[in-house]
Amino acid sequence: MQHTLFALVENKPGVLNRVASLFRRRNFNIESLNVGRTESPDVSRMTIVMEGNEVDVSIVEANLYKLVNVIDVQDVTNQPAVTRDLALIKVRAKPEQRSEIANLVSIFRAKIVDVAPETVIVEITGTEDKIESLLELLRPLGIEEMVRTGQVAMMRGTGSGERRVPSAGSNGNGKSALNSPPSASSETAN
Amino acid sequence: MKKTGAEILWECLVREGVEVAFGYPGGAIMPVHDAMLNYPVHHVLTRHEQGAAHMADGYARASGKVGVALATSGPGATNLVTGIATAMMDSSPIVCITGQVPAHLIGGDAFQETDVTGITLPITKHNYLITRADEVAQVVREAFHIARSGRPGPVLIDFCKNAQIEETEFVYPEKIALPGYRPPTHAPVADLEKAVELIEQAERPVILAGHGVLMSGAMKELQMLAVKTQTPVAMTLLGLGAIPASHELSLGMMGMHGEAYANNAIQNADLLIALGMRFDDRVTGNLRTYAPRARKIHVEIDPSEVHKNVKVDVPLIGDLKTVLIDLIPMLDEYEHESWLGQIAEWKQESAERSIMAWPDDGRLYTAHAIRALWEATDGNSIVATGVGQHQMWAAQYYTFEHPYRLITSGGAGTMGFGLPAAIGAWFAHQDKEVWLIDGDGSFQMTQAELSTAVQEGANVKIAIMNNQFLGMVRQWQEFFFDKRYAATPLTGPDFVKIADAHGIPARRITEPDQVFDAIAFAQKTTGPVVLEFRVEKEEAVYPMVPSGADLDDMIRRPVRQ
Ligand SMILES: Cc1ncc(C[n+]2csc(CCOP(=O)(O)OP(=O)(O)O)c2C)c(N)n1
Repeated sequence: MQHTLFALVENKPGVLNRVASLFRRRNFNIESLNVGRTESPDVSRMTIVMEGNEVDVSIVEANLYKLVNVIDVQDVTNQPAVTRDLALIKVRAKPEQRSEIANLVSIFRAKIVDVAPETVIVEITGTEDKIESLLELLRPLGIEEMVRTGQVAMMRGTGSGERRVPSAGSNGNGKSALNSPPSASSETAN
Repeated sequence: MKKTGAEILWECLVREGVEVAFGYPGGAIMPVHDAMLNYPVHHVLTRHEQGAAHMADGYARASGKVGVALATSGPGATNLVTGIATAMMDSSPIVCITGQVPAHLIGGDAFQETDVTGITLPITKHNYLITRADEVAQVVREAFHIARSGRPGPVLIDFCKNAQIEETEFVYPEKIALPGYRPPTHAPVADLEKAVELIEQAERPVILAGHGVLMSGAMKELQMLAVKTQTPVAMTLLGLGAIPASHELSLGMMGMHGEAYANNAIQNADLLIALGMRFDDRVTGNLRTYAPRARKIHVEIDPSEVHKNVKVDVPLIGDLKTVLIDLIPMLDEYEHESWLGQIAEWKQESAERSIMAWPDDGRLYTAHAIRALWEATDGNSIVATGVGQHQMWAAQYYTFEHPYRLITSGGAGTMGFGLPAAIGAWFAHQDKEVWLIDGDGSFQMTQAELSTAVQEGANVKIAIMNNQFLGMVRQWQEFFFDKRYAATPLTGPDFVKIADAHGIPARRITEPDQVFDAIAFAQKTTGPVVLEFRVEKEEAVYPMVPSGADLDDMIRRPVRQ
């Protein structure tokens, strides 16, 4: 089954390389990986979509924790979360087909963001399913080009995702040290 | 006070307790070597950077402290790579410091520029690139903390030349801020309770003790657990010494060349308690048939090792010693008389087959030479090895009573590890006897470090088991390739003359009755000594589990008539 994880990582040079290198090295099959800034300038957020069972996911999680720059990993697959993907789709469209496309696009609450003599660009934001359904309908017209950002995800309310790995500061009481903001959880070396 | 980046490096190294560093100079690291002269750190000039990494590793394994290796940029740094990978596979805490071209030249293929952080990314626990002097103190502090804590491992610091020269205010960072680095300590109580339940129900339990026992210093707790629950203990190669070989519950080494009774016990167990070991293919054999009737408890500090090779019933994630301290009081005392009786029978059968039971036939066997060494040193020496048959015989016949005595490359199996690692170990324990048991092939890979031993007056006794073959590969050819000895016959130099050229006293041993004399000669001489044992050329290590076979499907030593 498909799992969506997010990872909070320190915003330092080379961190994306470390994560990508880990996936290659351990032969993990990742469907999409999205990286972006967060509300904190020191922290970036990665959303990782992968195929696999619970054990596969826990192995990915555990390996991510081995990277010193990874602060937190959560699986939001079975949790109330908002997930979004953005796609730009360039569709072949003669002037007389534009209104048909405009109709479809408005049903999906997508938009046409560029019109050229032979093509239009459609922008859609939504869940994977929603984007797939629109693509299905546009395909007969002829899709010239497409680009997608990959999924991003956020928990609803104040909940947090599942953490399978009983490590990373769980310290035996089952509570994660991660409920405090990362900057506060500095430690002193022995 | 203002200091250069290079000076700040040494300020920090001294504060980390570094007394010795192993290295090799060059353009991009010159300011570091220059600043060193003003600090109380002894620098050991190696003959190759691989030697520096292995020495740092050997030092770390023998002392429990962090080993330090230095190299210049480009080829200096790439020469460290084998040593770093070796340390990574065996979770050995070393910090490698490499010079790098000035920051403004990075990416431009300047002279001796190599992407060292890129190359070492998968073979380090973590690595750093320092481009400014004001980063040095924080980075060095973090590097040592990461190298030695949690599951230890190598950390590399690539140090741009401009940052070595620049001056900045030196402030020693009292705190480390690593928000993403929190090694686990205690295992959750609920998991401990599940483990207790499995231990209660077990009738045929076996403890598997790995390197983690030594790394976390849990030898005493291991013994308490074993005795309280009357559970026999099998050890991995790197776990040898976790419990004394002479302990009544010791099963010795498990795995490919492990004791037959240890492997039989594992295959017939109904519970495995794995402590700080990672179910490497060399100890499990065929995973599909591995310990088929056993439930499994896995105590591990690195959660990524859990379920990696063997699916377990109860993972206990935490520091091994802490977990055992929590677990032991929760357990009652148990007896497993009939199980231990069964194992004693297997043990008896193995003893009868052992090469130790052979009458003297006038031939010189490596196993016998190693056993003689054990007797002559009261089983008390630090023993470094190369990789191959001699390594397995050292593990089998230099039966270890104490931890941190066997210094050997397990996970990587790096030939050439032995001599530099022995020198490193000697720096850790100049009061102890240090022996290198090496193969003629392995020895020749890093033989140049003989000069280092001489220059440093390292009191390392070198026993070369010369079978004129790459023996372990030859053994596989004998068993699995119809004795087609491709690329394994090995013409060595005259090792006595090699030693002589270095001013090192040496003896050649060709007969069994010369063995004890030669060892005594080495023990009486101060400084390095070379003993070349001309051993049987085509002897095999038994038992052997062929690669990928079931763990109890062992090739046994033919019984002598
Ligand atoms: C650097 C390296 N290259 C190749 C090997 C493969 N290998 C494993 S054991 C062995 C033979 C070792 O020969 P020697 O050191 O003479 O020891 P012996 O087996 O004869 O005791 C070889 C070539 C290795 N482990 N390491």
